[in-house]
Amino acid sequence: MDGNRGTEVVGLDDKRKPWVSLLLHALLIGASILMLYPLLWMLSASFRPSQEIFNTTTLIPSTVSLEAYPRGWFGLRVDFGTFFWNSLVISVLSVAGNVMACSLAAFAFARLQFRGRNFWFAIMLGTLMLPYHVTLIPQYVLFLNLGWVNSILPLVVPKFLAADAFFIFLMVQFFRGIPKELDEAAMMDGCSPWRIYWRIMLPLSMPVLATAAIFTFLWTWDDFFGPLIYLNDMRTYTVQLGLRSFVDSQGGQSDWAGLFAMSILSLVPVFFFFLFFQRLLIEGIATTGMKR
Amino acid sequence: MSTIASSPSGVRPRKQGPLVRFLRRDGAGYMFLLPWFIGFFGLTAGPALASLYLSFTSFDLLTDPRWVGAANYVRIATADPKFAASMRVTFFFVLFSVPLKLAFALLVALALNRGMRGLPWYRAIFYLPSLLGTSVAIAVLWRQLFAGNGLVNTFLANFGIEGPSWISNPNYSLSTLVILSVWQFGSPMIIFLAGLRQIPQDMYEAASLDGASKSRQFWKITLPLLTPVVFFNVVVQTIEAFKAFTPAFIISGGTGGPINSTLFYTLYLYQEAFGFFRMGYASALAWILLVIIALFTAFSFLTARYWVHYDD
Repeated sequence: MDGNRGTEVVGLDDKRKPWVSLLLHALLIGASILMLYPLLWMLSASFRPSQEIFNTTTLIPSTVSLEAYPRGWFGLRVDFGTFFWNSLVISVLSVAGNVMACSLAAFAFARLQFRGRNFWFAIMLGTLMLPYHVTLIPQYVLFLNLGWVNSILPLVVPKFLAADAFFIFLMVQFFRGIPKELDEAAMMDGCSPWRIYWRIMLPLSMPVLATAAIFTFLWTWDDFFGPLIYLNDMRTYTVQLGLRSFVDSQGGQSDWAGLFAMSILSLVPVFFFFLFFQRLLIEGIATTGMKR
Repeated sequence: MSTIASSPSGVRPRKQGPLVRFLRRDGAGYMFLLPWFIGFFGLTAGPALASLYLSFTSFDLLTDPRWVGAANYVRIATADPKFAASMRVTFFFVLFSVPLKLAFALLVALALNRGMRGLPWYRAIFYLPSLLGTSVAIAVLWRQLFAGNGLVNTFLANFGIEGPSWISNPNYSLSTLVILSVWQFGSPMIIFLAGLRQIPQDMYEAASLDGASKSRQFWKITLPLLTPVVFFNVVVQTIEAFKAFTPAFIISGGTGGPINSTLFYTLYLYQEAFGFFRMGYASALAWILLVIIALFTAFSFLTARYWVHYDD
């Protein structure tokens, strides 16, 4: 039976009740089904003829058809291939920017001695609390004046300026865990800070860099607000904006299957990371308390 | 040449200008921070101050900002029914979604922490919705689930119940968004699980030797030792809830309707700024949001000493 490991082993009053863990499993399995049902249902709906989407709760379609996928793909003036490409470009550049800029700043905070370090570190932590709405409008005016609106620059350039201070904090925590003797020895040998950063810190920090990269990718991929404000021309849309246009253009009336098909495709990268990098995701959350 | 070590001041080289001294001692640090500095001044500090200024102006992007004093704030406080509506909606959402979400997260974490077989599977399944998070696809799904002829009502019809059109009924639309938020209890659950593992097993052993019952152990050991994690989750999830945007936008088609019932604060701010181009007014709304979040955070930290158990 279950429950004979972990905390249940201890305790003289533990009567080892198998029915308790059976009941618990039943509850958890029930909850799992409830959690997953909407997602599975959306997946199955994307394979159905549109008229069959409403008024059924079953997961197995009467006829499996892939028609909704091409129909959804070309359902708008601009096809979803463009949207996916735009999202991919923005996400990949954001990952590169975040990993580079945040690790540079984190290295300075964790390892370099300079006057004002504690002060700037406190300021950096302070920016974590700042809701982005407070900077939103002047930033928009700035990017408008630079002629960047309707390009990916307002979405990507801030990442190269370490605007996601959360990841600086994450990396500082990790860098501090790397034994100082390593870079002190390298310094004795005349290594420059740059070489210590590049040849010692970064190679030893792959787990945290990977965590930062994955979360940056997922958050950028999912981001709706940024693209909504800065991208107005449909050819520059991301997947999220494309889906939103799909909802609006159809009014939700006709092509639900096509909409679901594109929704499913938009979730594919997230599923990919979920399946192959789950340990990193879960450890990232468990150790740093990320919000999602 | 080492710029890293703050050379113990024994070696005093020949007299140098302040700039040279600065570069030798502090140059490397500031070089590494350069991108962040540009971002901090250009994208954070500068804009934050600018929006504080704009909040006292009338500004439509086309003409220069015009100083209006506290007029924006006065109107918000006294003559803006939409602001009042958005506050009601947002506080309702925060007050219901955060406690429910955290209660589920804690319950499931406690169940999973009993050394259950299949823990990785359960954990993965419960985490998935939270990872999918705020993507538009999930909001689209929710729109269908709670539509008049959506999945939920089809299911209820099996029992002869005729459900309303949840998302287009102002009495229920906000509740569907609360349910969506609760469905995504995965990441606080993982944080609770990590916190539960930190509790030393010998405390339970000692307690049961002393004859403490399971429920007593929960109230006297588990819960007190978990309060720092509870505190963290409450603060983070509350701030996130105040900032929620995408689901309300998609479900209401950007209107916050029906009858402002899903007019989240951020959605209202977005409408003012990018729908009506009242940039000064929207800046005032942004600063009010900042003050609300700051007050909430300060309140949490001040009360923490009375209920959060910090181990030495």
